[in-house]
Amino acid sequence: MASTTDHSSPMNRKRSATARSIDNGFVWGTAAVAIAVGLLLVAIALRVGTDALPAIQKFGLGFLVSNRWSVIDGAFGALTQIYGTLVTSFIALLIAVPIGVGVAIFLSEDFLPPRIKQPIVFLVELLAAIPSVVYGLWGIFVLIPFLRPVGIWLNANLGWIPLFSTAPAGPGIYAAGLVLAIMILPIIAAISRDAMVAVPAELRQAAYGLGATRWETIFQILLPAGFSGIAGGVMLALGRAMGETMAVTMLIGNSNTIDSFSILSQGSTVSSLLANQFAEAGGLQVSALMYAALVLFGLTLVVNVLAEIVVRRFSLKL
Amino acid sequence: MYPERDITCPALFFMSFLVSKTRRTLFSTSAIALVVGLASCTPNTPTAPPQAGGSPGAAPAAGGNTVAVSGAGATAPNPLYQRWFQEYNRQNPAVQISYDSVGSGAGVRRFLDGTVNFGATDSPLKAEERQKIPAARGQAVQVPSTGLFVVFAYNLDGVDNLKLSREAFCGITDGSIKTWNDAKITKDNAGVNLPADPITFVHRSDGSGTTDIFTKHLVKACPNWKAGAGKTVEWPTGTGAKGNEGVSAQIQQTRGSIGYTEYSYANETKLKMASIQNKAGDFITPTPDSAAKALGGAQVPADFALSVPDPEQKDAYPIVSLTWLLFYENPEEPAKTKAMTEFMRWAYSAPGKQIATELGYIPLPDDLSTKAASALDTIKVATK
Repeated sequence: MASTTDHSSPMNRKRSATARSIDNGFVWGTAAVAIAVGLLLVAIALRVGTDALPAIQKFGLGFLVSNRWSVIDGAFGALTQIYGTLVTSFIALLIAVPIGVGVAIFLSEDFLPPRIKQPIVFLVELLAAIPSVVYGLWGIFVLIPFLRPVGIWLNANLGWIPLFSTAPAGPGIYAAGLVLAIMILPIIAAISRDAMVAVPAELRQAAYGLGATRWETIFQILLPAGFSGIAGGVMLALGRAMGETMAVTMLIGNSNTIDSFSILSQGSTVSSLLANQFAEAGGLQVSALMYAALVLFGLTLVVNVLAEIVVRRFSLKL
Repeated sequence: MYPERDITCPALFFMSFLVSKTRRTLFSTSAIALVVGLASCTPNTPTAPPQAGGSPGAAPAAGGNTVAVSGAGATAPNPLYQRWFQEYNRQNPAVQISYDSVGSGAGVRRFLDGTVNFGATDSPLKAEERQKIPAARGQAVQVPSTGLFVVFAYNLDGVDNLKLSREAFCGITDGSIKTWNDAKITKDNAGVNLPADPITFVHRSDGSGTTDIFTKHLVKACPNWKAGAGKTVEWPTGTGAKGNEGVSAQIQQTRGSIGYTEYSYANETKLKMASIQNKAGDFITPTPDSAAKALGGAQVPADFALSVPDPEQKDAYPIVSLTWLLFYENPEEPAKTKAMTEFMRWAYSAPGKQIATELGYIPLPDDLSTKAASALDTIKVATK
């Protein structure tokens, strides 16, 4: 590492030993910081893993497919929570990705004069600054009263579709998913916009020069060129959606059973389970909660790896 | 106006960052953002300690021997404890008691770890928990502080005095009764127009002493109740909400919902409460008076772990429990525990009980508080 620095600049010959040692120090300093962050993650995972060990030994992989969470019987399984985590995040992405990318396209093109565009950019980014407990309260007092009649209508008229097969009680997977969508929207919109603004102007000019319409330029040049940035934004957003705790706990209904595949029914996520039960947990329950946390770690890792594969495959086609 | 970014105020910091980013193109928005940022933050002045109470008498004498006692535990009696500590501090400015309402489980854990002067819990110490107490601290001394009771709060337009028989509330909690006009409910509510709407049962999603009290009663009262009793149970039906305040908010928001919550919370949020049938077969309106009857005349064990999951008395409200404070027999800081025992004697006296009644808790019956006060004498508070 150090040798690269020494030869990277033509100025090196004239520089003093002190300057070079400062250079080296800087490289090693940044390396230490980067490694420390990695080690921190490993340390957290190890600690969670050790605390989860009793539950891992007792339940093994059966933990992932059992939907019982009985403190009284000491039987624990996180299927309901894994399912809830995946479904709410999926709903959130389904809504937020098209809207977020749409917002990004609109705000990266010259449809609007900057005087009007800048405030919109600012407002979208401000959505990310709202604390999640505020989203939760807003969900309880505004969104759910608004959504419940819609849910009742869906259940009454489209109840034959398994997705709408239960009558909504108010909170539920649909409400949690929708609020998550709003929460991750600014992340997707801001990062996608940055990615599209960063596409070299030559590409756009060349496309126009070859006679492409704006449609063609956006969908065949700008979006593919910004794809890895957009995918990165979506991944960050998905990470937030899977880990989001407060708003989800307030809106999902916290039912520890899966009684149907209806999105109108109540559920729970791994993080809402942790938020609910950790304070009063004892004995094997603590260990089972740690195991659930470890599963969330694993889920995030799998999703990130998958995303990396997707990004590489698409990038090759460019 | 702000030469440097004020990093003690995150919102302002964020705003000022955005402002500087967009200043050139967007002066008007910057101004708005700055105003918003200012409005959302108070100036960076040191905050007053929370126990100060706000009254002029609260200021402790400068340099006096202020005793700062700290405790942690149950959330259900928290409103009462805060009020008690505040009131006691007003009368005895030298004693400052701070209380962290982290939940009974965490309270017991901190007590066993020895990081607090006293603990508080909604469910009495178990034998194995008693063994984990540090040897130097001696035995745990467990005394009741007050009684509390759990009510069915509901949200149903036009129904003010809902009566629930045992059969009815058992059916609601296990999910076998699904609509409000079920025959098991209408039977006891003659003349009341109960709608055909679905019942939304609201329960606690977090581990909670309130759930423990409630499910202990269900185990006794409901022959078909399968989920057992504890701080966290597998609910066969319903929506989970976090905390007593979460349950109250959920009920307020959802028409046709019913849930259980600690009386003082339901009372504070003006929720309607159902009269429920006790063991003797009478329908009892939940009030501190009717709940106090459940505690009267009961046999009290030596550790005060009195449990009345299903009281027999005719006029007694049935879902009642005590809540406890935990002390060490050999406290590490005897002066603090001494101040605390003096506080307890005050809490057991008429003014303390008066406050409990005002806030919707059950003041301890006299015989119980006398016994509890004498149990406090076993604590070795003499300064060595």
